[in-house]
Amino acid sequence: MSADDHITYVTVDVGGQMFGIAISRVREVFGLERLTRVPLASSEIAGVLNLRGRIVTAIDLRTRLGLPAKAVEAGAMAVGVDYQNEAFALLVDHVGDVLALSAASREDAPPTLDPRWSQIATGVHRLDGGLMLVLDVDRALEFRAVAQAA
Amino acid sequence: MDDLLRDFLTETAENLDQVDVELVRFEQEPANAKILANVFRLVHTVKGTCGFLGLTRLEALAHAAETLMGEFRAGALATPEAVTMILATIDRIKAILGDLERTGEEPPGDDLDLVTELERAALEARRPPEPVIDPALGRELRPGEVSLDELERAFREAPGPDQDIAPEPQPVAAAPSAPVATAPAAAVHAEAAPAPAAEEGPRSESALAGQTIRVGVDTLDRLMNMVSELVLTRNQLLDTVRRRGDSEFGPSLQRLSHVTAELQEGVMKTRMQPIGAAWRALPRLVRDLAADLGKKIELVTEGAETELDRQVLDLIKDPLTHMVRNCADHGLESPAERVAAGKPETGVIRLSAYHQGGCIIVEIGDDGRGLDVERIRKKAVANGLATEADVEKMSDAQIHRFIFAPGFSTAAAVTSVSGRGVGMDVVRANIELIGGAIDLRSTPGKGSAVVIRIPLTLAIVSALMVTAGGETFAFPQLSVLELVRTRRGGEHVIERVGDVALLRLRDRLLPIVPLRNMLGLEPLPAEKADDVYVVIAQVGEDIFGIVVDEVLHTEEIVVKPMASRLNHIGLFSGTTILGDGSVILILDPNGVAAAVGPSASHDAALTAEAAAPADESDNRMSLLLFRAGSQAPKAVPLALVTRLEVIEAETVEFTGGRMLVQYRGGLMPLVPAGDGAALKPSGPQPLLVFTNEGRSVGLVVDEIVDIVEHAMEISASSYTPGVLGAAVIDGSATEVMDVAHYLTMAYDDWLTRTDRPHEKIESPAVLLVDDSAFFRNMLAPVLTAAGYRPTLAASGAEALVLLRAGRRFDVIVSDIEMPEMDGFAFAAALKAEGLHHGAPLLALSSLVGSFMAERAADAGFHDFIAKFDRPGLLGALETFAPRWRLAA
Repeated sequence: MSADDHITYVTVDVGGQMFGIAISRVREVFGLERLTRVPLASSEIAGVLNLRGRIVTAIDLRTRLGLPAKAVEAGAMAVGVDYQNEAFALLVDHVGDVLALSAASREDAPPTLDPRWSQIATGVHRLDGGLMLVLDVDRALEFRAVAQAA
Repeated sequence: MDDLLRDFLTETAENLDQVDVELVRFEQEPANAKILANVFRLVHTVKGTCGFLGLTRLEALAHAAETLMGEFRAGALATPEAVTMILATIDRIKAILGDLERTGEEPPGDDLDLVTELERAALEARRPPEPVIDPALGRELRPGEVSLDELERAFREAPGPDQDIAPEPQPVAAAPSAPVATAPAAAVHAEAAPAPAAEEGPRSESALAGQTIRVGVDTLDRLMNMVSELVLTRNQLLDTVRRRGDSEFGPSLQRLSHVTAELQEGVMKTRMQPIGAAWRALPRLVRDLAADLGKKIELVTEGAETELDRQVLDLIKDPLTHMVRNCADHGLESPAERVAAGKPETGVIRLSAYHQGGCIIVEIGDDGRGLDVERIRKKAVANGLATEADVEKMSDAQIHRFIFAPGFSTAAAVTSVSGRGVGMDVVRANIELIGGAIDLRSTPGKGSAVVIRIPLTLAIVSALMVTAGGETFAFPQLSVLELVRTRRGGEHVIERVGDVALLRLRDRLLPIVPLRNMLGLEPLPAEKADDVYVVIAQVGEDIFGIVVDEVLHTEEIVVKPMASRLNHIGLFSGTTILGDGSVILILDPNGVAAAVGPSASHDAALTAEAAAPADESDNRMSLLLFRAGSQAPKAVPLALVTRLEVIEAETVEFTGGRMLVQYRGGLMPLVPAGDGAALKPSGPQPLLVFTNEGRSVGLVVDEIVDIVEHAMEISASSYTPGVLGAAVIDGSATEVMDVAHYLTMAYDDWLTRTDRPHEKIESPAVLLVDDSAFFRNMLAPVLTAAGYRPTLAASGAEALVLLRAGRRFDVIVSDIEMPEMDGFAFAAALKAEGLHHGAPLLALSSLVGSFMAERAADAGFHDFIAKFDRPGLLGALETFAPRWRLAA
């Protein structure tokens, strides 16, 4: 965390909604080249891919958020993150700007949010163009527990 | 925990393992001062380090043990009791170290019990020492002094400062860590410890320790990943250069290619460890077992330097220990029994390891009583594993395999050592889990041995690439038995019983499951469902078929673990990255077998087993694959082919409609291999050359494809002349050629030659007993061509009928592996009835080894020949039934 209490986010667009992912968690942003489907895997898992010799599990954030799935195409944007020593890629529709936002301006997510969203979005920032939900990477990847609880 | 303590723990654990091994050796060779000095040094190091770190309990224990050993060094006799006591001390030290590792502190309490014992033993051992007058000093040595000779030797053996690679920590100067060197006690005895580097033999491993460093496995794995990535990048680069036809990069790219390959190999090698690392605890184990069981046991190890992947090593440690326990407990007899049986008192447990075809073979054997077939038989029936009638029909080898059945333990009395219910079934499960196989052999009264075949590494496996629903999957080759192409109206047809699909394959009904259905992919359209490839796989006892859309090829793949999120699926064991950078899922044969359902396949396999009890794996032979006349491959037993030649088509001469070629100073006739095969108009022309009694014939083929090992399963012989039958080899139907047919085409008299010098005499009559029709068909022409009159029998019983009817033979050749009556039983029956009338008996077996040869000799066979060793067989026949014998 920066000294003046600003947090830098990589903003992404999923189903028309802007999310911010803390840059400290982002390993890299890349375009998909090839994705291998995994039969019998849960619907959130789009497949596995090779990122410089590392096997990366790709998570479709749209499905994760309960949005209708979209066919994953080559060139689709992905945000690479690490979780419990494993590599994951969060598939998003677009990757936007990198924003440094003051921690003080962060607000709690509205209670009216869909439970599937509120589990992932731990906060919200008001920006000029609209709201940016703060995406909690750990929670976004804890979907098995979520799925079982639901 | 601070770093110092952690270093201490690792180092001490290693030292103690070493002490275990050395102490056991010392007990066997009490006169070997070098071993003692070694033990002494190790214990001393432990003591010194403990003192430095303020670990009082450990220090007191190590000190007491050291005192006792000091007495040995002073010349006291090392009694087994004393050694046991020291070993017990080592165990206690290990226990304390365990606590230390968990809590970071020594556990409370004291070890007065052991310390007092040790001190008492030390006192007892301290007899009035015989005065040893040191020649150099002219007086007796004082305690703590060392003779000049000894000092001299230590000095000579210690590497000088100019030797820059210091092997194994040197006393004082290169003690494992600085604290030890500064520990006040260290200097007192250190001068007496001879340099271990000068030791020969088994110590070489630890001599290397000084030249090695510890590297985290994750570091190696990361390296491995990066190398894989490098390989991919190189491939892309090669591809680009090839496409652009840019030759400027050629040489440097080639160099890069070489270096990358070497790097990959090198990194793979870092994961390898000598198998001896898994054996280190065994000498101690055997010693303790011997003491517990009141037996005398010697452990012999061979091939400890054989290397295998660290991961595999970890996985086989426990099974190995278990089997050694079994040998000691069940296999070896008590000294009294051994003496009564005319064997040396001391039983031998032999552990050996060696490489064979990309696998490691580990054998754990003993020279004990062998498996008790009767008892296993009874127990199998009692446990409901088989019926009375079943076991009667089974061969000894089949009975032996019952010990791998779950919950099977033969120890009549449950001892503390084994017989606790977890037995060989667990061992087998563990071995099979890593893609290995296990088998055993046993001779009553002579001992038994378990043979384990394990892959060298789990990191790279050979896999069959298959597709289903547009996706590619890798299936580990180790589990694949064969590939079958099914077609409506073809040789292999999928049958359906209700919803269940079955494949009839050589009298076996195998359950089959489409991979598409298993993976929840879109099923194949009904019109295509019967025209598919089936991968026949075996996992444990289960044999089943997996229906795939396509079979692509086999490939060596680097296995990467499955993502944790996908582990629960169970059908995949990992992932791999192919050369083009795409990710492929690796199917887990165990998971697939479970999905197929074990019961179904068992039942189907068992009913079929009764019909065809012959063990398929015993009937493998090398076949030479070639093409001639058509695209479909043809095959011929490799053993029959004398040579593969390539001639220039222009050199072929035609006389009287026959093709001839100058060959080795003579003219060799050429025959096209099958209809449509023809000589090429020009250029290189491949030939298969068959030679017999100085005459050769060349078979004209289009192309020599491959040599494959294949089960000798030939479907019903066709009526096409020159074709014995068809076999599915590598997924395609292959005609197996009848060589004799072509030989007679070249020489009308090939089989009935009249120009042999000894033709007037009657050819010796040979009785050939073999259950395999194919083998009989293959060998009969060979025997005839060699001047014998073969009579064929398909079983021992059939042969006995012939003999009882009064037929006489000059020599009897029998296969060993036959259902119902095997070769040994056949020989016994012959001897019992005197039916062979003194004719020599020759054994043929596809299982080769001194063990089989011995068994054959015991059974009364005069010679033992490997099944496909044609010259060997002819040589033996020449010896035992010479064709000129009757001329005299």
